[in-house]
Amino acid sequence: MVSRPHLRVDRTACRGAGQCAYHAPHLFDQDDDEGLVILLHDTPSPADLPAARLAIATCPNQAITLTDR
Amino acid sequence: MDILVDVSGRSPLPPPTRRSDPFHPPEGFAALRQGPPVRVRLPSGRDAWLVSRYADARAVLADPRFSADDSHPEFPRRSARPATSGGLSFLRMDDPDHGRLRRMLTSEFTVRRITAMRPGILRVVTGLLDELERGSPPVDLVERFALPLPSLVICRLLGVPYEDHAFFQSRSMTILSTSVAPERAAAGFAELAAYLDRLVAAREREPTDDLLGRLAARHVATGALGRAELVAIARLLLIAGHETTANMLALSVLTLLRHPAQLAALRADPSLIRPAVEELLRFLSVVQNGVFRVTREPVEVGGARLEAGEGVVVALPSANRDAGHYRDPDTLDIRRPNGHHLAFGHGAHQCLGQTLARVELEIALTELLARFPALDLAAPLEDLRFRDDITVYGVYALPVRW
Repeated sequence: MVSRPHLRVDRTACRGAGQCAYHAPHLFDQDDDEGLVILLHDTPSPADLPAARLAIATCPNQAITLTDR
Repeated sequence: MDILVDVSGRSPLPPPTRRSDPFHPPEGFAALRQGPPVRVRLPSGRDAWLVSRYADARAVLADPRFSADDSHPEFPRRSARPATSGGLSFLRMDDPDHGRLRRMLTSEFTVRRITAMRPGILRVVTGLLDELERGSPPVDLVERFALPLPSLVICRLLGVPYEDHAFFQSRSMTILSTSVAPERAAAGFAELAAYLDRLVAAREREPTDDLLGRLAARHVATGALGRAELVAIARLLLIAGHETTANMLALSVLTLLRHPAQLAALRADPSLIRPAVEELLRFLSVVQNGVFRVTREPVEVGGARLEAGEGVVVALPSANRDAGHYRDPDTLDIRRPNGHHLAFGHGAHQCLGQTLARVELEIALTELLARFPALDLAAPLEDLRFRDDITVYGVYALPVRW
């Protein structure tokens, strides 16, 4: 069984700081009404993993998680 | 260990404020980072906890048990003057009030919205550089470039007439000063409020397509936001929007000029601008007095037990120089891998305008360096006056030639 890292976002924790959309714009965006996180791709390619991890580490509200499953 | 022994049974010491080198935080923080948070006595005479380490700072700022509500009597302040309650809007509120107001603004500062502002910001930068080039050096880069750029940008975004810049710039400086009399700061606060109240009233009568106009139309008109609340938001954004970026920009230019190898690397490869801006934000951490909180309940931080209702000062410049988190933290390295600096704070209150600040810094530094390949300081470093007495650190004037 192949384990694929999977991104999740918690829009109730998000406060729209925008670090994810700034550091990893191909994975994250923000909605037009409240600027809250929108996940563009939930299974990042291996090449996208460093950007995904940076978005997780810089998110001020722990609104992004990456899980193997 | 010395620190623990030293403070027990004695009056707390003041937090370190004296810089022996203008490019580094006060030296006293290095020793403080070796131990848990300590009690310090603030200039107001009140005591508070001083949090100096990166991990502790990040933990405090992400933890809702620490309140940002400055109406609490133990909320740390620099001077004995009482806080103007509600004066700094959602910056000094907790959720859900903080979230209610901040949510009305986040759509204005998304990465996509700020990216769309890039061409306009580039035009402002180009215009300022054109004017600069027509003049004869030496010129003060603060007055001619670093301050007008973010002022023009925030004025345009908010819908505040830039012609009034001398007025709001002087009031902002007074409000942020830690050395002016409290009455003067309070007067500056009130004058800005009266000015913005007139502006907001005009927007209510006739909404315009700018941030204040949109908020008036969307939220004041529906009763979701009071006039006074919008005025406080406008004042917060106006002050935060130009003071921080202006000082980061001037200090960044000076720092690069004093680090010729780093400057040469950036000139040789302009694509380094993004990591360079992150590193300058970390290295300079211009919010020099850090951010304040008060505990809602007992909480343990990095080996210290804080009781409910105790003030906390989170020393951002110290946290960003923590050797426990950064390798060679006192070295400026524009190629440094992103180390999640705390220059914009952390947690629910992390800077709303951070993308705008980053984009302004990127464009301004890139264009300035491209325009003036021989840019240099036009005064000895010893002659420069640093803003040791202002909440936002920087340099009062930066004479340059090219």
